[in-house]
Amino acid sequence: MSAVRFDRVSKAFGALKVLDDVSFEIPTGQAFCLLGRSGTGKSVTLRHIVGLVRPDSGNVFVEKQDITKLAGRELADVRKHMGFLFQTAALFDSMTVGDNVSFPMERHTDWSSADIRERAMKKLADVGLEKDFDKMPGDLSGGMKKRAGLARAMALDPAILLVDEPSAGLDPITAAEIDDLLVKTKQGGTTLVVVTHNIPSARMIGDTFAVLHEGRMLASGTIETLDASQEPLVQTFMHSTGGG
Amino acid sequence: MPQLSLVDRVGTGALGWFESVGAVSTFGARAVVEAARPPYEIREIIRHIYQFGYRSAPLILTAGFAIGVVLSMHTRASLARFGAEAMIPAGLAIALIRETGPLTAGLLVSGRVGAGIGAEIGAMKVTEQIDALEVTGVDSFKYLAVTRIIALMIVMPFLTIMMDFSGIFGGYVAEAAVSGMSWQLYFERAFTYIDYSDIIPATLKTIVFGYLIAVASSYLGFTTSRGTEGVGEASTRSVVMSSMLIILSDVVLVKIIFFFYPAVSG
Repeated sequence: MSAVRFDRVSKAFGALKVLDDVSFEIPTGQAFCLLGRSGTGKSVTLRHIVGLVRPDSGNVFVEKQDITKLAGRELADVRKHMGFLFQTAALFDSMTVGDNVSFPMERHTDWSSADIRERAMKKLADVGLEKDFDKMPGDLSGGMKKRAGLARAMALDPAILLVDEPSAGLDPITAAEIDDLLVKTKQGGTTLVVVTHNIPSARMIGDTFAVLHEGRMLASGTIETLDASQEPLVQTFMHSTGGG
Repeated sequence: MPQLSLVDRVGTGALGWFESVGAVSTFGARAVVEAARPPYEIREIIRHIYQFGYRSAPLILTAGFAIGVVLSMHTRASLARFGAEAMIPAGLAIALIRETGPLTAGLLVSGRVGAGIGAEIGAMKVTEQIDALEVTGVDSFKYLAVTRIIALMIVMPFLTIMMDFSGIFGGYVAEAAVSGMSWQLYFERAFTYIDYSDIIPATLKTIVFGYLIAVASSYLGFTTSRGTEGVGEASTRSVVMSSMLIILSDVVLVKIIFFFYPAVSG
């Protein structure tokens, strides 16, 4: 069964065509890494999955539901099954770290305040931030913000976790810590969709891969398939060791 | 790129202006519709009432007091020519309650709260916090804009009453310093010619000011782009747009008040 399916999706912003007839399928419980240079439409693809961007043509299915046809409460209901770790973490800066993680639970469950606090503390402990519950996001480092963002994205134990550039702007050690957390998340049964141009990180997390270039799917498949690709750009990509 | 003629530039500017007016109007109308639908986000509304009301009170009280003192000095200088110093409290109270208090409170709130709303929502937009709200399954428009609009509509009449009374008190202090008039006499003279029809419509019209400030500022916050520069611009434009809307709407509101309360225009 597929967790996410793109069916001939195209999207343009004005004259700029960002996605051009893109199709792919992500099986449930697998980690799918979307690779490509900056500005090739990776983040836009991710935003299509969660309904933040609508395609000009084509369909996006999330757990069999066509998200392009949903709005309002129906869309919100589908989104409850997804977590999103933004590139900048996007923590709500008017709330403490603990309140950020508690927020999805407060909105979508009828758990008691004590229960929510306990669960939020547990989620923060999973990412090593249990001591930072009462801190404001502005007091955290970049890596800590990313981890807090991951704790918030995982607050409702989503079936699908979308991750935008998990290692962007982080030092190699912190980036490896985030990768470890994502691998653990995958092992817990969550479907991962990771956008990255960090190949070592993708090799560690991913089960299946796709390379986007100028809005088109250049190659897709397992790591072996991509390593064997004769496409020069895919070759360059797969043999790169740089992160960030 | 070909140079546009003056007519083309004026036309393009006018079209842009009409487009903005249309967008803000749609935004405001959507807020009215959404306000009637659950969830009502009561906790957020209360939080904003505290932020907008309690935190604006010192500014309103101080400004009101200063305006009262200044108005009293000007009124004394004018009325003394006609030997009508006894009318100073009533003249000041009428001026404050009918127009100066509501309008000044509106303009001060547009500066303090409007700029804050524009900057806060704008910063949330450029740092993807609004997207984060949406993917959490929260209607960001309702959570960020509608709650602020309702809170400011609730808060404005109370701030206006504060402004009116601190102004009257300021007027008393100025008058007492010159003539030694007692508070009891001043208060009695101030309210001799004041009727409910002076107080209620003038105070309630600030609900409209609150709506306009919050709608304009939230709209500019939601449409922020270009990073921190855009946030600064949203903040500044929030003050400019909401101040203009307050002044323009005041003309219409005063006319409506005169229509329903002819005694006020007398």
